[in-house]
Amino acid sequence: MAEITLVEAVRAALAHALEEDPAVVILGEDVGTDGGVFRATEGLWQRFGSARVRDTPLSEAAIAGVAVGLAAQGFRPVAEIQFQGFIHPALDQLANHAARLRNRTRGRLGCPMVLRAPFGAGVHAPEHHSESIEAIFAHIPGLKLVIPSSPARAYGLLLAAIRDPDPVVFFEPTRIYRAGREEVALDGASLPLGRAFTLRAGGDLTLVSWGAAVREALAAAEALSGEGIEVEVIDLATLRPWDAEAVLGSVRRTGRCVILHEAPRTGGFGAEVAARIAEEALDSLLAPIRRVTAPDIVPPLLRLEHLYLPQVDDVIAAAREVMQWR
Amino acid sequence: MQDRPAAEEIVARFEIARTAFLDPDGTPRAPLPDFARDRGSLVAMYRAMLLARAFDARAVALQRTGRLGTYPSALGQEAVAVGTAAAMAPGDLLVPSFREHGAQIMRGVRMEELFLYWGGDERGSDFRDQREDFPVCVPVGTQYPHAAGVALAFQLRGEDRVAVAVGGDGSTSRGDFAEALNIAGVWKLPAVFVVANNGWAISVPREAQSAAQTLAQKAVAAGIPEQQCDGNDVIAVRATVAAALARARAGQGPSLIECLTYRLADHTTADDASRYRDDAAVSARWAEEPVRRLRAHLARAHGWSAAEEEALHAGIAAEVDAATEAYLATPPQPATAIVDYLYAALPPDLARLRARLEGQDG
Repeated sequence: MAEITLVEAVRAALAHALEEDPAVVILGEDVGTDGGVFRATEGLWQRFGSARVRDTPLSEAAIAGVAVGLAAQGFRPVAEIQFQGFIHPALDQLANHAARLRNRTRGRLGCPMVLRAPFGAGVHAPEHHSESIEAIFAHIPGLKLVIPSSPARAYGLLLAAIRDPDPVVFFEPTRIYRAGREEVALDGASLPLGRAFTLRAGGDLTLVSWGAAVREALAAAEALSGEGIEVEVIDLATLRPWDAEAVLGSVRRTGRCVILHEAPRTGGFGAEVAARIAEEALDSLLAPIRRVTAPDIVPPLLRLEHLYLPQVDDVIAAAREVMQWR
Repeated sequence: MQDRPAAEEIVARFEIARTAFLDPDGTPRAPLPDFARDRGSLVAMYRAMLLARAFDARAVALQRTGRLGTYPSALGQEAVAVGTAAAMAPGDLLVPSFREHGAQIMRGVRMEELFLYWGGDERGSDFRDQREDFPVCVPVGTQYPHAAGVALAFQLRGEDRVAVAVGGDGSTSRGDFAEALNIAGVWKLPAVFVVANNGWAISVPREAQSAAQTLAQKAVAAGIPEQQCDGNDVIAVRATVAAALARARAGQGPSLIECLTYRLADHTTADDASRYRDDAAVSARWAEEPVRRLRAHLARAHGWSAAEEEALHAGIAAEVDAATEAYLATPPQPATAIVDYLYAALPPDLARLRARLEGQDG
């Protein structure tokens, strides 16, 4: 066991994967001698060498495309895009190739690659460093999309992603890279993809979230408990394929649901969660579903950034409103 | 010559060479490489080009009669595909775009598989005998980084293999092309990038694609060797690709080859090239096409006879007929095929969809 931060958990998982499987290759901008701009790969180049921990040119399309070629040859590339805001050139390779290679060759060629990228607002970063565009990736059949919300889940889910036979996009919330420490057993055990994690049990209201916002979800649940409202907090963790059964099962018990995400509202993944509940658990609902999200705006630069992220009080207000419905 | 300002000095220069062995009428213009003095290897390439052309003609006929989807003919540029594949070793790996069926067939892809693919059946990319080559790539230029990745795999495993990507002139305007050449150059990857410059990216002519005098010189910026060759001269294509493959095998890294050819057909069966180019200009380019050129050389230098020509055509026709029959007789995929290959293991939502599709024909 070690008490580590989320970024240290990412690093530990990468080190374990490099150790256990010679097919694992890390590539990306500044991942080598510099250890990554967030230090997620710190020390790996020194330990595993430049053949397996590779600095690439500044070249997002090539990083993703080279990973596709490596993966088709049986390697397990773990590619890093430095920030999610710079991932768009790689999206072509992910959507048109990584996600489709197995299907379009009827299984002849697979694509066991991972594409990691830090994302999210709240760290006073420069322009294009604060986006949350996970919904774009959740929309692509053939991909898997994972977003950890704690050191333990980062460690176990990243190992699962690397061992998975299909392409996995793995978004790491920068806001909680170093926001807290947690005891993690660095034993190489993975956590299941496609499974939600119920972080807190409660019978009055289901609160669904993922990524950094899970912190606000848990804080809101704690505060609401003081008011006698018991909130069940579910961390989706995998957005494709997502664990609808966990959410539906909880909503059928609580009859109420609030969805919290950091991404803008329209077309955000919360809309998919809400639609699915409406389709399959409408009879259980005692109140309308509420979404607490960023507004439909470009993330403001750092001086106005505080107006962007959903706050704990927003979640509490939404929960009260849902509880007081009729 | 103008005097150079004292503050300036020349720090880099480049020249682009073009290789050509056969003139358009089939007359050798330079001593031929060894492989091209061998009648058997010339006949093999001649046959492969004829087969590619016959496959093309059949594919277009199948499309016109509603038995194939949209199809991109390679009429006139058979020498690029055949010369490239002829230079490659079986263990090398082809990363094609969508006009290289001449190369794919030579590398063991069955014609009925190619008919299946263009006929709208994914099983056409599940090559029975060619397990590692990439399937056709439709998003233009996105295949080049795959070749770099495959080449990196070969390099990491220490294998004596080379990844060969093929694309068109339009693809060289895309970022993927530049990024792939650049990363392959930095890492000295065993890769060869072949550009079939057929003069047209659908309706946009080569001169509207880039202000560069040659496309080959795009290699200069990536710091890798380049060569232009007469892409309608299969001997020139094969010799140029072979030299690049030899450099890659010797650890000298990637190369870019620009093959000058001409798209005699429409872009695809869904295109009408008369909307944007002059029929007379196209007719004039028939004088340079690769098949007649090699036949003239074979007749003059190797006594290629009318009887041999006839036998070759008969054999090819039978082969294409058999592939057509096999294609048309292929039973449909089951409906469950739409979900079965998306992931290695079916997620719950898709498993439910699959259960509904079970037992249905596709």
